[in-house]
Amino acid sequence: MSLLSIEKLKVSFQTRRGEVQAVRGVSLNVDKGEILGIVGESGSGKSVTSYALMHLLDKGGSITGGALSYGGLDLKNAKESAMRDLRGREISMIFQNPRAALNPIRKVGHQIEDVLRRHAKATRFTARAEAIKALEAVRIHDAEARYHAYPFELSGGMCQRVVIAIALACDPKLLIADEPTTGLDITTQKAVMDLISELIAERGMSALVITHDLGLGAQYCDRIVVMKDGEVVEEGAPEQLFVAPKHAYTRKLVDATPRAGAEVRSLLPKSKRTPMPQFHPSGTPLLEVRDLVKTYQGKFGPVHAVKGISFDVQKGQSVGLVGESGCGKSTTSSMLVRLDDPTSGVIRFNGEDLAQTPAQSFARDPRRASIQMVFQDATDSFNPRHTARQSISEPLARLAKMDRTQRRARVAELSDLVGLPQPLLDRFPHQLSGGQKARVGIARAIALNPEFLVLDEPTAALDVSIQAVVLNLLVDLRAKLGVSYLFVSHDLHVVRLLCDHVVVMKDGEIIEQGPTAQVMDTPSHPYTRALLSAAPKPPTLTRPTFSAA
Amino acid sequence: MLPDRLLTIGLRVAQALPVIFGVIVVSFILTRALPGDPAVYFAGAAADEASIAEVRSALGLDKSLPAQFWIYLTDLASGDLGQSISTGQSVASDLATRLPASLELTLISLVLSCSIAIPLGILAATRPGSAVDHLCRVLVTAGVSLPTFFTGVVLIYVFYYLLGIAPSPLGRLDFVYIEPDQVTGFYLIDAAIAGDWETWTGSLKQLVLPAITLALFTLAPLARMTRAAMLSALSSDYVRTARAAGLTEEKVLSTYAFRNALLPVVTTLGMVFSFTLGANVLVEKVFAWPGIGSYAVEALVVSDYAAVQGFVLAMALLFVALNLVIDLTYTMIDPRIGFQTK
Repeated sequence: MSLLSIEKLKVSFQTRRGEVQAVRGVSLNVDKGEILGIVGESGSGKSVTSYALMHLLDKGGSITGGALSYGGLDLKNAKESAMRDLRGREISMIFQNPRAALNPIRKVGHQIEDVLRRHAKATRFTARAEAIKALEAVRIHDAEARYHAYPFELSGGMCQRVVIAIALACDPKLLIADEPTTGLDITTQKAVMDLISELIAERGMSALVITHDLGLGAQYCDRIVVMKDGEVVEEGAPEQLFVAPKHAYTRKLVDATPRAGAEVRSLLPKSKRTPMPQFHPSGTPLLEVRDLVKTYQGKFGPVHAVKGISFDVQKGQSVGLVGESGCGKSTTSSMLVRLDDPTSGVIRFNGEDLAQTPAQSFARDPRRASIQMVFQDATDSFNPRHTARQSISEPLARLAKMDRTQRRARVAELSDLVGLPQPLLDRFPHQLSGGQKARVGIARAIALNPEFLVLDEPTAALDVSIQAVVLNLLVDLRAKLGVSYLFVSHDLHVVRLLCDHVVVMKDGEIIEQGPTAQVMDTPSHPYTRALLSAAPKPPTLTRPTFSAA
Repeated sequence: MLPDRLLTIGLRVAQALPVIFGVIVVSFILTRALPGDPAVYFAGAAADEASIAEVRSALGLDKSLPAQFWIYLTDLASGDLGQSISTGQSVASDLATRLPASLELTLISLVLSCSIAIPLGILAATRPGSAVDHLCRVLVTAGVSLPTFFTGVVLIYVFYYLLGIAPSPLGRLDFVYIEPDQVTGFYLIDAAIAGDWETWTGSLKQLVLPAITLALFTLAPLARMTRAAMLSALSSDYVRTARAAGLTEEKVLSTYAFRNALLPVVTTLGMVFSFTLGANVLVEKVFAWPGIGSYAVEALVVSDYAAVQGFVLAMALLFVALNLVIDLTYTMIDPRIGFQTK
């Protein structure tokens, strides 16, 4: 008998525009000891399904149909008081953004105690010892000292361990993990996922892992349910889904998941694959970075964000800058686009040292037009009161001093170039989808025909299928315009697809650089090897099918 | 830890000194820049040139501004705030009796207002759109839209004139009681120290109506802020985590949501406290309350320089102390805020 069964679940939300059906008849089962993955893109209803199951839906949301049963218990009609006894003791949940998921002004030890005491797993006298035990269970070193820590004193990975400790403190039988590693570094992601799967195996628990990352789901789950628009489209073993997806949407997701051995064009659905544009970098240097240093004055003395790095970008070359948070890659990119001044070092661009011009006056420098940037967050990098047209024409008016008609023509030309339908140009950012916003951001960055484009994780916030389209657009644009890219990313698969050359940073230093294939296939530095091995490895298409799962 | 904290408090006080000095200079110059000549006023209506000049030199107003300022400073250094020419008392002793009167009224009204506003705000936030929420909105709108002198007069009319259950609105104590010996200047505390419970009840009775008047006015910002802060705390990720862990609603509300919502509420409380203390002149006038606000207004009208300067200085010192207390409260509520020396 399955531990959890969801039958034809329907959830809808009352909104100002009427009722919205978020989940339309989802059925799934979780067996004892099984890890079930729910994979889907944003808006697929995967999280809502789990919140409905916990009776934790946001205001306005309600279960409108179907049945929910947990170990024979009817959850759909359960009273709130019964649910409260169940939550944390029988079914627990962990969330994305672990730092926000913890009470910021309460010691983590006390937060664990709250749960233990609530479910009578500890008394006032044993709570402390039990909480420390729970911290030790999630492999937190020096648990006794960490007991007194506040969430802001811990790293993101550590916070997620504490969230897991809270969730598992009362030995629940089912763990729901809602995007547990989104926003964490790749090595932390691996550590957290490994920990979760170890603990689940150790305690004989079941789990429901909700993720947008099919690769991650495939690696850690026994079975996967693919959701789209509030419905389950396919369900099966990970290998089966990857090797022989039945539904077109699963096929599209599998294709779009960046993985070893894939090419950028193969991320797209078969019908949309156009031939790769032929393009080879000329080999003449465009940007030469020499001994670049950035030191901040921190609270406790100087912070060495970037400690003397050197690398080149050739004309038309695409260079990947890879590293985990805090490695200095963002500082480096903001110095290269001249939004920030280096402490020392040379940024030679077409033979001239840009570091000589202070960042403050670079906005009025004629060379401003040739170095542009595409920002990570497509939403926050636009003025919310400007239409897409206004955003794209801003640099045309300010730097190129074009008049109205010229701007109109150029914006139309750019929107064709990035594949943005022209009627969308008069929409505001909140009226555009994530992929459309990414296109507007790219159009704005290439408006002035820059020679060098810094792309700061331009696809990190996008769904995989949209990421696939944007990555292909970037490849086409490079071939058409001959522009050089510095592609900042933590996703090694994506870097491999897009870049000719890779620079790996750690703690403000370059630890390894070289041609992409060489760095990725035969990494010389142990850290690069660690990064590569931490990346999720979905079953490849060429792999022989069905290992006994 | 503790000496560390004491040191930082000392530093904060030291940093306030330039501000205090600035207040002294500005209040000195501003009082003299105001139109009106105290010498003419005090010489009386029938005075001639000579008697006005006599009064002027008696008041020291014939000296140059820098000389007058120097005298003022040296007096200040020895703790002498000067002589009020309208009351004839020293400004220091005037303030010593009037400031506690205002503080007592303000504090009582804030305690009253908090004890209504905070629970109301929490209830409204947990049940948005419900009857409680609407009640909160109505009370808040009424509180801010009715001027204090109006609510004061209505309360007097109803409770003193019509119902006769309130004492006559004539100051801090009815004349049948004897003022308690001054220890803190707060009648409630002084009467309690003296063990004179009759006087204690008498002064409490006098306090009720003006305190309600002020409380109604200060209710609005506090209730609104509590509601808004609670709403945002309740929709936060950590409250969701707490709920997902099955914690009781009571625990979620108190330990998780309310403690996080407290910070903006304390900020608002500090602001409300400072503006009520300075702005309750109208209430003091309506209830003939011998407070610092009416004292300052009377002094300003007759260009009583020393009294006005004394008032401004006292308020400045009070605000510095208040800000320090609020900052200290922050560090106690929120561990993320280090008590920084800078």
